[in-house]
Order: sequence, then C-alpha cells, then structure tokens
Amino acid sequence: MGILDHHKKIETHATLLLVLSFLVVTIGGIVQIVPLFYLDNTIEEVEGMRPYSPLEIKGREIYLREGCYNCHSQMIRPLRDEVERYGHYSLAAESMYDHPFQWGSKRTGPDLARLGGRYSDDWHVQHMIAPQSVVPESIMPSYGFMMNRELTRQDAEHVRDIMRVYRTLGHPYTDEMMELAVEDFFAQADEFADPVDERYPGAQQRVFDGQEGVVTEMDAIIAYMQMLGTLVDFDTFVPDASR
Amino acid sequence: MADNSDNKVKPPERQYPDPAAKLKKDPPTTGHSWDGIEEYDNPMPRWWVWIFIITIVWSLGYWVAYPAWPGIQRATSGVLGYSSRADVAAEISEFEARNEQFFVQLVETDLDGIHDDDELQRFAVNAGASVFRAQCSQCHGTGGAGVQAAGFPNLLNDEWLWGGTMEDIHETIRYGIRNEDYADARWSEMPAFGRDGILSEEEIDETVHFVLSLSDADHDADLAAAGAEHYEMNCASCHGDGGEGDYFIGAPALNTQVWLYGGSYDAIFESIYYSRFGVMPGFAGRLRDAEIRAVAAYVHQLGGGQ
Repeated sequence: MGILDHHKKIETHATLLLVLSFLVVTIGGIVQIVPLFYLDNTIEEVEGMRPYSPLEIKGREIYLREGCYNCHSQMIRPLRDEVERYGHYSLAAESMYDHPFQWGSKRTGPDLARLGGRYSDDWHVQHMIAPQSVVPESIMPSYGFMMNRELTRQDAEHVRDIMRVYRTLGHPYTDEMMELAVEDFFAQADEFADPVDERYPGAQQRVFDGQEGVVTEMDAIIAYMQMLGTLVDFDTFVPDASR
Repeated sequence: MADNSDNKVKPPERQYPDPAAKLKKDPPTTGHSWDGIEEYDNPMPRWWVWIFIITIVWSLGYWVAYPAWPGIQRATSGVLGYSSRADVAAEISEFEARNEQFFVQLVETDLDGIHDDDELQRFAVNAGASVFRAQCSQCHGTGGAGVQAAGFPNLLNDEWLWGGTMEDIHETIRYGIRNEDYADARWSEMPAFGRDGILSEEEIDETVHFVLSLSDADHDADLAAAGAEHYEMNCASCHGDGGEGDYFIGAPALNTQVWLYGGSYDAIFESIYYSRFGVMPGFAGRLRDAEIRAVAAYVHQLGGGQ
C-alpha cells in the first residue's frame, strides 16, 4: 500500500493538503466550465438579441432589489406543458446579457421569461398596485410604492455606471450608447422624445405607468417586463435538436 | 441509624464501558496519533461500498448512452440520441397530429357553423377554454367574469362593447382593441372632456347626473335635466340618445347596470373628465387561426353570445 503511505504525508502537511486540494478543484472546474466557452453548441446565434436599454437595466435592478426571482423564474423548460403555456422554450442566448441570469429556482408565481407584450401597461400598473384585484388567487404583495418613486438624473448616471461595467464584461455597448445613456434613460418613458430604438432595436417607448411628465420606478419595471422574451426573432430561428 | 455522622448519600461509582470491549476484536488503528488520540481504521459498511461501486459502473454506461463529454466542436451526443428539444418537438407534434383534423375543420367551417356540429363545438369549447386560461384569464378572469370597475370586461353577460356575435368576438380576439400592431384593430377614443377643456367641471357634474338617470341610478333630477343638453350635444352621437350604446364604434351602453369602470358618481365623473382607453392585444400573430376560432367559440357560449 505504497500510495496510502504517501497519503499520510498529505494529511499531516496542511500547506501541501491545501495546494493539492486546490489543484483537484481546479481540474474539476476546468473540465466543467471551459468547454462552455468554446463549444459551438453552448450558445447558439440568434437574431435580435441586444444589450438592455438604460431604462430596462433600471427595471432589472428593481427586479433584483425586490427579490422577484424568489417567486418567479425566467426559464421556460423544453417540456410540452411549459411550451404550451408560456411560449417557446428559453434559449441560452436570451440570458447572454444577464449578470447574473434570472432563471430562478422556484415558481410561486408564473414564469416571466416571455412576459413581454402579454399584458397591457395598465394591467401591469393595476397588478403591481393591487395584485389580487386582477388575479384573486395571487399571494403577491403590493408594489404600489413604485408609482411614487421618481427616478432622478442620479439614477440614470448610476445605470450608466452599470453599463460601463457591462461593457468591460463584453456587452456590445457602443460609445454612442454610453454617451446618450442618461438621455435614453428618460427618453424611453416618453413616446415623443428622440426614439431610443435606433440604438436598442425593438425597445418600447412610451409612458408606461400612466403618469405623464415623471419617470418612476413603475416605468422602469414595466419597460423591463414588456421587453422580456420579445427580443429573439423566432421567425428566423431554426432549432438544432442536438443542442 | 447507628451511624449518623455521615448521612450524605454517596453517588454510585460510575462504570464507563470500554469502547474497545464492544468490538469483537481490536480493529487496527490508522496509525495517526494526535496528542495521543488514535483513530480506529474500521472498514466502511459493505452496502455503502457496493452502492459506491455500482454508481461508478452506472456512470460508465451513462456516458455512452447520454450526452456527456465535451469535445472540440460539440459534446458527445450519446448512442440513445437523447435530446430534450427533439423530445418536446415530438411530443407537441404528436398532440397536434391528434388535433389536426379538428383544427382543419375549425378553420374550414363557417364561424357560425361551428355551433351546429356537436363534436366540433365540444372540441372548440375545450380547446378554447385551455387557450383562454393561458392567454385571456389574466384580465378577463379565470371564469371570464372580468374585473369589475377596473376596465377588464365581463364576458359572462350579454353586454358587449364591440358586439357579441361569433364574427364580432372572433375579430376582437384576432386584432385586439386599440393597439397599433394591427390596422384592423378595434379603435375608438372618447374625448377627455374635462382634461381637454371641452366641458367645465360644472357641466360634467350635470352630465354625470344625466348619465346616472339613464340607468335609473340615484341622481339629482334638476342637475340631470341640465345635463341632458350636454349629453345631447357631446355624447349622444356615439352613446345614443337613450344611452343604448353602439357596437359599431365600441360605445358602451349607458342605460344598464353593467359598468366597465364602475357606475358610481366618482367613476363616471372620472370617465368623462379623463376618458378611458382600455386596450387588448391582438392574437393573430400569437395563436393559430384554429385556436382563435376555438376561443371565440368558448367565449360565445359563456353566456352572452348573440
């Protein structure tokens, strides 16, 4: 039992144990993670995915802050009942600009991966203020306070900082997008402002919460929700069954 | 009794069992000694060792059968050819094949003719109900009762905004209401009489009392009489002289107890002052034709179909 005898050296030598444990974990990590970066079939290329617009990022930040992911998933699994209820199963590419991804791990409420365009803005406002008024069996708490939380230039600048971080992570934000980030942030909540979909194709632009002249957290969260799952152009998407 | 000098009860002397005595024979130690504490080298339970070995053997088979190892271009796909995407596609197409004859029949049959074919009607109502629960129930309620006074219409009664025939319901579902996605969407817009300064607040107050009088709700007769004139000038062209409404332009009837945004004084005042602008998405691009027709058949038979 020569090897086991040598094992004693490792067990009695803390530094050696640490170094070798690290080595083993590293090898395990490399085998699991590295292929994801180069395999062709990990992330398929799809038409239409774009980085999030500034107001959508703010909405997403609110989504994280309020812990929406605790009850809502954003991942439609390739199962018949899910596809028939929620729509096309989620693609890896649809999470490519999520840091971290919002797949979630449990559904107390429904999946939100294809929420965009499914309800009107009015419905969302009503539902956020008093969820039970539109879905009597819901146990979702009220988020009506978002109507009163006005977003300021500081919020917009914070989002620009987030974009700067995203850019270092490889999100294709152009210099123009960075320059106009603060303007776009407010413009998206006003259909008469300069169109933001020049830079963010498919971005919806209007007063989302029904309150003219003021951009609130409700605008941001609804702008985010109305975008969810709508970016990929499924007309041009051909699923590769082997993925 | 004789000896009282020491009446304290003495605890019995404890007997600590020797752990080694329990073992049939002294197991070997690992040879480790930490500050004099040694460690027995007991064997693992047999059942545990066997399960461990079986899982390793199982994984070898699993690697071959299922997608597992990453290669240069893609991962190994496994000899069983398992693919969750292919599975879901196959399962969906299997059910679609079973429904296909009904779907074809639904599209080919005249909308008003669906009702005449019992089997087709039964299929349409069930298929429509399941689509309704996924796509429509969020606003119109699980049972179709809508949300009272919040602008989400009740589909169970025989009051309709845009008409309750199969044709009408079908078109509403297909293109939606007040959305820009479809040129054929139902579209009408009531002026915001207060906000846009068409009527003064006093005039609106009088008009509200007149509107209340149309459905015999509590109202002030004098104010209503004054309001009749404003109504005649501003409202009657769409809502009708007697408040009977008009399906053609989606003008709600005002002479019934059914209210979309509430029939209280305050709710009606707000409707006239700010107007309302309820929207519904069109489903032409989201559901297949047969499904839209099935939902129309389902909604039509809920109680109010014309």
